[in-house]
Amino acid sequence: MSRYVVRRLLIAVPVIFGISLVLFTILALAPGDPFEELATNPNVPPEVRMNLRAKFGLDDPLPVRYTRWLTSMLRGDWGFSFVSRVNVDTLIVQRLPTSLFVLGSAQLLGLLIALPIGTYSALRPYSVFDQVTTTFAFIGFSLPTFFTGLVFILVFSLWLDWLPFIYRADISAAGWRWWWEHARQAAMPVAVLGLFQGATLTRFVRSAVLDVVRLDYVNTARAKGLSERATVVKHVVRNALIPVVTLVALQIPGIFTGAVITEQIFRIPGIGSLLISSILANDTPVIMAITFVFSCLVVIFNLVADLLYGWLDPRIAYR
Amino acid sequence: MSVAAAPAAPLLSAGSARLSLWREATRRFRRHRLAMIGFALLLVMVAAVLLGPFVYRVPINEIDFKAKLKGPSRAHPLGTDDLGQDLLARMLYGGRISLAVGVVAMLISITIGTGVGALAGQLGGVTDHTLMRLTDLFLSLPQLPLLLLIVYLFRDALKKTLGPEAGVFVLIVAVIGGLRWMPVARLVRAQFLSLREKEFVEAARGLGAAPLRQVMRHILPNAVGPVIVAGSLDVAVAIIAESSLSFLGLGFPPDIPTWGRILFDAKDNLDFAPHWALFPGTAIFLTVLSINYIGDGLRDALDPRKVLGGK
Repeated sequence: MSRYVVRRLLIAVPVIFGISLVLFTILALAPGDPFEELATNPNVPPEVRMNLRAKFGLDDPLPVRYTRWLTSMLRGDWGFSFVSRVNVDTLIVQRLPTSLFVLGSAQLLGLLIALPIGTYSALRPYSVFDQVTTTFAFIGFSLPTFFTGLVFILVFSLWLDWLPFIYRADISAAGWRWWWEHARQAAMPVAVLGLFQGATLTRFVRSAVLDVVRLDYVNTARAKGLSERATVVKHVVRNALIPVVTLVALQIPGIFTGAVITEQIFRIPGIGSLLISSILANDTPVIMAITFVFSCLVVIFNLVADLLYGWLDPRIAYR
Repeated sequence: MSVAAAPAAPLLSAGSARLSLWREATRRFRRHRLAMIGFALLLVMVAAVLLGPFVYRVPINEIDFKAKLKGPSRAHPLGTDDLGQDLLARMLYGGRISLAVGVVAMLISITIGTGVGALAGQLGGVTDHTLMRLTDLFLSLPQLPLLLLIVYLFRDALKKTLGPEAGVFVLIVAVIGGLRWMPVARLVRAQFLSLREKEFVEAARGLGAAPLRQVMRHILPNAVGPVIVAGSLDVAVAIIAESSLSFLGLGFPPDIPTWGRILFDAKDNLDFAPHWALFPGTAIFLTVLSINYIGDGLRDALDPRKVLGGK
């Protein structure tokens, strides 16, 4: 197993490298100049601008600029936000936990919905329960998160007045009150993301369980007198999870799409809403860093999926 | 053995076989009730956005402050926005762009995907390896953040060269298509790997067909089913991607009311004009739902192996 882990880690390195190359290429190809503002400012003489360009190495050849950019990114020197006058990494470290909390809870909710429902409907294919859940799953993943978010606000905040629709990082209450307030404000964003994930995952789980449940070893398990519960949990679901993990891993980059949108709708102070506000404020260092962080998160979660995969299916780890 | 008859016979049988294959696929698609409903609904939507503006001749940008933020009424069937502009007219006009973005982005993504997949599957070896690593790399890019980054960096330049409307359209379509080709590339490559070894391709090779002819005439037509299925679902994904961009205020400018853009303008007025957000949101939802059902039906119709394996 440890050799498998090391091998997976080693594969992640070139991926991060490739992603950084893609990001840098996009930045280098982009028209416009970070010193454009200085060029239009009459108080800055052209010589000063030229000196600044030389100082920051903007006229160096591309490979040189790429190496310098990558080494400073890896060293954790992510530059300086133009707008908030703070180091980019402190800005991101402030915001990241909130994003991860919302994303993680939503993913958990999605799994809690999808695993039982998907399994149950695959064990009784074409029953009424199966048809109802399949239809709901179809509707669920056709509903874009920005629309469900707005509908939730409309129903639960404006009409019923149950939940707050603005997420606050600074809740003044303490103790139980603090937890309660947090749960209330996280309920809608987590539900929006989690229901969407749940709908997608239910379909995956259902088709994976359908594939497994007809296999001979399941019949064997039943024939040797195992309870239905043990058969399903230990024999069917565990094996059905293997393809599900693959599909979940492929979904990860898409999950961030929903995360950025829900953060924007509910004004969650996470890195997704930071990305949008930085784009609106032309804050290039922050934008680049956040895109890089998102890419790293994708790679990390893929790694987690790989490890889960090795745990679920030991054959993979010993290959 | 007549030399002259030999090429004629397979051509004939291939022709009739293909005909009945498509007929068979159509029959299977028709049996999928929800796919047919989705198809009908989508046809109505397309007809509405294409022909609607000719029938419903209310201008999209007529400002009328006396009628602002009104709910549905006889004068404005879907109500008005904060400037008193007619929502039905705006949605019919914006729907054209939303749907066009979906279709064009899909065409781009399946073209790139088919090209990459075909190259990898046909040439094999180092080309295959490189292209597949590239596909894996693209699959691990975070879609929306990257989309936002590219739109942010290139928007102004393209606006300058192509004008605000065409510039944003080209940019959005190219980027959405350019970030969605990977599943198609994998599908096509897998198809090529299995089809390349099939007897009929070997026969074509034995008859001396050049590689290009083998690919265009024998392999690609047989690999097209899964591509159509993936393509239909890509339309839905592209529509959602464009709406997301516009919803974040970073897609089309306010004078081009795509459905996502209308939602963006509506979201701060939810408490006193919910209809403003509900109508375009429902339009996006229904379009995406019907396309997804059509994709499901197409999968049943064109990918018989999947049906057998799945049920």
